[in-house]
Amino acid sequence: MPHAEPWLERAPLLLRDAVNALLPAPARWWVDSFLDIAVLLGVFGLLFAFLTLAERKVLGRIQNRPGPNRAGWGGVLQPFADGIKMLTKEDIVPRLADPILHFAAPVALVAFSLMSFAVIPYGRHLLALDMDSGVLYFFAAGASSELAVFMAGWSGRNKYSLLAAMRALAQLISYELPLLLSFVPVVMISGSLSPSAIVTAQGGWHLGFIPRWNVLTPWGFAGFAIFMVASLAESNRSPFDLPEAESELIAGHLTEYSGFKYALFFMAEYFGMCALGGMAVTLFLGGWQAPCAFLGFIPSYAWFGAKLLALLLGFIWIRATLPRLRIDQLTRFAWKFLVPLALVNLVTVGFWHLSASWSRGFDPLRWAIAIALVVIPFVAMGRRLSAGLGPRTYRFAAQ
Amino acid sequence: MNAVLAAIALLILASAGIALTLRNIVRSVILLVVTWFGIAAFYLWAGAEFVAFAQVLVYGGAVSMVVLFAVLLVRHGKAGVAETPAPSGRIVSALLAGGAIAGALAGAVALTPLAPAAGPAPFAPVRHIGVLLLNTHAASLLAAGAILTVALLGGVVLAAGGGPEKEDGP
Repeated sequence: MPHAEPWLERAPLLLRDAVNALLPAPARWWVDSFLDIAVLLGVFGLLFAFLTLAERKVLGRIQNRPGPNRAGWGGVLQPFADGIKMLTKEDIVPRLADPILHFAAPVALVAFSLMSFAVIPYGRHLLALDMDSGVLYFFAAGASSELAVFMAGWSGRNKYSLLAAMRALAQLISYELPLLLSFVPVVMISGSLSPSAIVTAQGGWHLGFIPRWNVLTPWGFAGFAIFMVASLAESNRSPFDLPEAESELIAGHLTEYSGFKYALFFMAEYFGMCALGGMAVTLFLGGWQAPCAFLGFIPSYAWFGAKLLALLLGFIWIRATLPRLRIDQLTRFAWKFLVPLALVNLVTVGFWHLSASWSRGFDPLRWAIAIALVVIPFVAMGRRLSAGLGPRTYRFAAQ
Repeated sequence: MNAVLAAIALLILASAGIALTLRNIVRSVILLVVTWFGIAAFYLWAGAEFVAFAQVLVYGGAVSMVVLFAVLLVRHGKAGVAETPAPSGRIVSALLAGGAIAGALAGAVALTPLAPAAGPAPFAPVRHIGVLLLNTHAASLLAAGAILTVALLGGVVLAAGGGPEKEDGP
């Protein structure tokens, strides 16, 4: 590197070393780990608090109403008021409930969703745990949360919450498959399961100004789209929020929960959304890499944060825009559309990998074939899936 | 190091043992999942990260859901519920079958010559595991996949039931 790294880039490291210098050597490993955990909890806890506020504000703005605007300046203190309210609410456990599982379900859910934060590279030097199989760890932690959903639904001894838990599990299992299949192309191209290696593989620029992010290739774009749809479903976000469709299904598997345990479920949902967003940034959007070379003076963690916030705002925007799906539409969409598309995407990335050695003159042909491999199955399957469904006629409303 | 191993072994054996004695089958399943997590912890202890995470992903995430769905969605007819204690003949045959399997496994473990590990365990990066699975052992991987697919199809056929005479309801 021609010049030393900017001070802001190294600032977190300097801060950690300053803390370490105050302590005896044997304690450093523990303090390092503890600092990582504390910073992750603090940053994502605050992000969770203000994300709920941002969600309510943005939804309000889209629906032409002010949103929360009483607590603090323009509603800034609303999340803390909500937190105090949730903490002081009565915690009701049904008499016939299984008390251990009823307590363990929210705890397990929050724990598993927090675990997935450990392997995301937030900046050039900001990575809590650099593991060779980090991506696998991330999705293993995510898959374990399904068990917590079942425990929540079953332990309340309420047939509605049990039915809702089974429905939620059907959704989570259905969308697990496209989620896992959509990141396989990234692993195939970068040849590693380590998130930091995947980010490093996306460094540099085509022609000097187009970043080499995975999303800017045909297979990467398809994979990113499938990943985002599947992660909307995995984090129970609208339009896939029917596990706890509060307006019609009495909050699903959360029916028997109240007070702070109920708040913990929402915390886990937002944590899961942040973690999946962070993984999407890492896998497809170049992680902490700057989009242009001359913007490299901005520290890497700021780029990561900007990309993550953009994705989260996109999630909120989608929630304000799309109506909720029905359970049969939801599972059909996963099994008949997303899974086949993700499988075709594996073929596309195989072609992309094998054609990497073609001479530069064949580049337009390479792009054309890859784009055709993405677009033709999309259009063909979309037409088959939606055949006979439209155009919709409004027999009563049109008068 | 050995204390950690002992704790993991205690977790695995205790959760499996309690799962066997519980009357409530859903609690048994959840304890079984705890056992699987314990096995993943053992893999982590042994330094096999990849296998540990694959264990959590496959057993903790997928197989546990399949077991739970099977337990909750299988129709509980009157004949299917073992309310009364099983007759002594069944207990004896269960003990015989279980003892035979345990004996065979213990014999196999006892008769295998285990050479003491020379030096530190080799570090196997994920890339190395992938190359081994898809080059050297590709045929056995495909065979395992085919067997699992056949088992899945068999499970679907069994679960779908034979014909309309089963649709009477309980």
